[in-house]
Amino acid sequence: MAVATAPTALPVAKKRELGQSYWDLVKYRFKKNKLGVLGLILLIALYVSFAAIPEFIAPYQLENRSNFVEAPPTAIRFVDANGQFQAPFIYGLDRKIDTVKRLRTWEINTDRKYPLRLFVQGDEYRLFGLIPMNIHLFGIEADQKEQRIFIMGADALGRDYFTRILYGGRLSLMIGLIGQFLTLALGVTLGVISGYYGGAVDMFVQRFTEFLAAFPNIPLFMALSAAIPAFWSPIVVYFMLTLILAFLNWGGLARQVRGLILSLREREYALAAKSFGAKDRRIMFRHLMPGTMSHVIVIATLSIPGMILAETALSWLGLGLRPPLTSWGTLLQDAATVRAIRFTPWLLWVVPPILVTILTYNMLGDGLRDALDPYSGR
Amino acid sequence: MVNYLIRRIGYALIMVVLVSFVSFVIIELPPGDFLTQKVEQLRARGDRSAEQQVEMLRLRYGLDKPFLERYINWATNFLRGDFGESFEFERPVSEILGARLGYTVILALATTLITWFLAIPLGVISAVKQYSLTDQIISVISFIGLGMPGFLLALIIMYFAIIVFNLEVTGLFSPQFQDAPWSFAKFMDLLGHLWLPALIAAVTGIGGLVRIMRGNLLDTLGQPFVESARARGLKNRTVVWKHAVRIAINPLITILGAEVFPSIVVGSALVSIVLNLPTIGPVFVDSLRKLDMYLAGTCIVFLTIMLLVGNLVADLLLAWVDPRIRLE
Amino acid sequence: METLFPETRATTTALPTDARPTLLEVRDLKVEFNIRGGVVKAVDGLTFDIRRGQTVGIIGESGCGKSVTARAILRMVPKPGKITGGEILYYRYSRYPNKEGKTKDIEVIDMTKLDPDGELVRQIRGGEIAMIFQEPMSSLTPVYTAGAHLNEAITLHRLLPVKKLGDQMVEKIMQYRPVTKEEAREIAIQMLRRVGIPKPEQRVDSYPHQLSGGQRQRVRIAIALSTEPYMLIADEPTTALDVSIEAQILDIMRELQQTANMAIMFITHNLGVIASMADEIVVMYMGKQVERAKVVDLFYNPKHPYTKALLQSVPKLGPKTGARLASIEGMVPDPLHLPTGCVFHPRCPAFMAGKCDKLVPNWTEVGQNHWVRCLLYEE
Repeated sequence: MAVATAPTALPVAKKRELGQSYWDLVKYRFKKNKLGVLGLILLIALYVSFAAIPEFIAPYQLENRSNFVEAPPTAIRFVDANGQFQAPFIYGLDRKIDTVKRLRTWEINTDRKYPLRLFVQGDEYRLFGLIPMNIHLFGIEADQKEQRIFIMGADALGRDYFTRILYGGRLSLMIGLIGQFLTLALGVTLGVISGYYGGAVDMFVQRFTEFLAAFPNIPLFMALSAAIPAFWSPIVVYFMLTLILAFLNWGGLARQVRGLILSLREREYALAAKSFGAKDRRIMFRHLMPGTMSHVIVIATLSIPGMILAETALSWLGLGLRPPLTSWGTLLQDAATVRAIRFTPWLLWVVPPILVTILTYNMLGDGLRDALDPYSGR
Repeated sequence: MVNYLIRRIGYALIMVVLVSFVSFVIIELPPGDFLTQKVEQLRARGDRSAEQQVEMLRLRYGLDKPFLERYINWATNFLRGDFGESFEFERPVSEILGARLGYTVILALATTLITWFLAIPLGVISAVKQYSLTDQIISVISFIGLGMPGFLLALIIMYFAIIVFNLEVTGLFSPQFQDAPWSFAKFMDLLGHLWLPALIAAVTGIGGLVRIMRGNLLDTLGQPFVESARARGLKNRTVVWKHAVRIAINPLITILGAEVFPSIVVGSALVSIVLNLPTIGPVFVDSLRKLDMYLAGTCIVFLTIMLLVGNLVADLLLAWVDPRIRLE
Repeated sequence: METLFPETRATTTALPTDARPTLLEVRDLKVEFNIRGGVVKAVDGLTFDIRRGQTVGIIGESGCGKSVTARAILRMVPKPGKITGGEILYYRYSRYPNKEGKTKDIEVIDMTKLDPDGELVRQIRGGEIAMIFQEPMSSLTPVYTAGAHLNEAITLHRLLPVKKLGDQMVEKIMQYRPVTKEEAREIAIQMLRRVGIPKPEQRVDSYPHQLSGGQRQRVRIAIALSTEPYMLIADEPTTALDVSIEAQILDIMRELQQTANMAIMFITHNLGVIASMADEIVVMYMGKQVERAKVVDLFYNPKHPYTKALLQSVPKLGPKTGARLASIEGMVPDPLHLPTGCVFHPRCPAFMAGKCDKLVPNWTEVGQNHWVRCLLYEE
């Protein structure tokens, strides 16, 4: 009866898993979440096209007016009037006045054909505010007075609505990011301090968040933004709005961080750092704060869409950004009336990008939450 | 329990006072008030007596008095049911809000009921049939619903109603009932108009609650008492609804009161603006734009009271259904 | 008490356990869990039987398939799990007449063939085979009183005889009716008193959070026994309790078993508890039964190296022998990649190279009613 030693070697797969760092695992788990990855890709695409280089993608400049007042979206065609298949082109538009109904209408003129081109020369602009350029992603080669391309129609001043949606996205998307950044700075700092020290700061954070929770938050937001003087410059108004957003939102985050810090500060490594004589500040921000990061990232991601929506709703109601600033909210102002829906329904094209933005942030946030939480069952 | 209740009510009252004061301060913040706007308007129209008229109004509304005095006056009158006068309409606030308050409450309640009675069954089905096709469909829909703000949904629905179906979806009454006295027919007409805005305002809340309900129920279904109930020979449906759902639903009552109901109140205000419903939503936004302070302040206070009452009701409901809380 | 335990029960108590009629027969039971990484054979070829009034103990380390076996009998295997083979024959003694008013004596039901949510399974579950679980703290629904739990089981499974005044001739054809609310409460209070809960008239209206852990487990036992089951499956019923309370609970179970002539399937990893409770013991390891014997044979004459190791790992009182407490070498294997041959061979002190890792041992009888699955005892 020979006594054999038991084979106790771990399977290879398990070994690899043990060797991975936390963030490697997060990356691995996140990649497995298809919706999350899709959300991330879409978001990057959104921010690049709307926030970084709308000047290049849009066929015209933001405020470039024309006589094509309320022209409907231009159909891009592949088949001409003779049924011949050819490279994409558009037909020209002629203005018609309906004297009976007293309406201005636009009619397609099949005699005028304009081929659709990529990388056409057009309005001058500066890419990233620096590089002077006049190349646009697509457009038609025609005199701007004679014919333009409006893939999402034109507004009451004959401006290309697609261009306006792109530029509007810049302000709306950035307000979410900047607002969230300010919220994070406030919320995490106060949360860490309030969790670590307790005392007066803690009291303040607790009471303040309770108070904000009792307040109907959007009405409060409305009242605060209504209080921004009308004569302030648009940029200041924009900045004030982000400040207000951050001011109203930091409480919840601070509370969560505080709770995490309370549990983390009793952990061995925090106690060890303390016993080595580390300064409070070092313990707080070098040892404790990183432990809250995964949580904070998820909360931040999931609350950005709320901020974007808040700006949109507010500007739509005429309480937030005001023309000449162009954001999705101010665009919505023109679109969201019964008259507009009846006669210029293409102005509602501003809605899909808002919804896509919210959805992608939620997808990303959900994916991150699943990836960052090692205890989630999914 | 009684102690707890008294504490909660006292806390709510303090909150109302604080909120009303802060709203007052905020509305007071911007340089210039309603009357300065008015003076400019009158002047622009070439009205010579603008200054005099405005001075009269200033006296009438007590705007010459210091801020604190004005607030205290307003607040004490508020308790007596006098909410001050609207500058814009030159009529008492109570008259302007009047029926609108009732419709606001009705719309919020209808929305809450729809939210609850759609979200709970959907969440339960989703959890009981975890990973099935039904579960996946419900999950995708609730995910989209969660990211679908009511006012945008209202816009989209209005678009389809007008362009595709050529329907009128605005308002709470058909024209013939608009000014008619209350009758059963008018009530049915109200219900016929109410369900759509209520459903629209409910979508976001439903999306959130379905996901929470699904998660909670999945946790609860793994609990020993559920297995015990099953081992007693109960029907599957009894086990799920009488034992598991009964427990999984408790946290949702708190969430409904503390998070979902507030977002419903605000969301239905925005939906009201799109669909032009006679709730306080449209008036409130207008009053903020016009700096019509008593009107705006009253709206905020009413919204806050609604939230606090909602919160309180949720707490009471929870105590009623959960003996662990009731008997503490 | 005679309303609680009808006279059909008493007939077999006088017989020695071996001679009593069979109640449950498990034949070559296989339960598999189809999980993402592969298939886990949670129970693989389990065979044993339980006679009326007998106590069978099932022991083994956690994860060896004990609890899955218990749930399989009641068709309550949790989700990715499935019964993939074997039979669970339940010898059903009908208690109440069926719809035609007739009583069949014994009906043999193969539990594995039934719809797990069907009417028949639910009648048996709780009514004829009751089960109690390990967690006394959370195995009562927090929002219902002890009485409500009892009431649920009683109204679902109990019927009371209809007493016909002045008509003694037809007493053989008894008629039954559902229990009323008041009667259910009365029975509930009786049951609570029987399991030793003080002031049962008040405690019946207590919520779970108002009861101690021991009281909750008593309530659980009261619920299980309130339906007068033929068999009780007790899945580690005392593991989470203090030792003193454990002893009380075991006493109650023993006492109730004697008066009710109820079979018990007692699942535990605690050898001390099993020795005092069981008539017969099944030892399981990684889903397979490795030994089965009467309690005395198993404790004094264990055959399988795993059983021996288990027994050696129990601290004993008495004169110092100088021997160290033995532990079983190695780790429990990954259930997805079970060792070839005998599943215990990597940890076995009696490992025979070239044999144990190649050949699957058979189920061999080594003594009277003493079975073992080990190559040491094969020809």
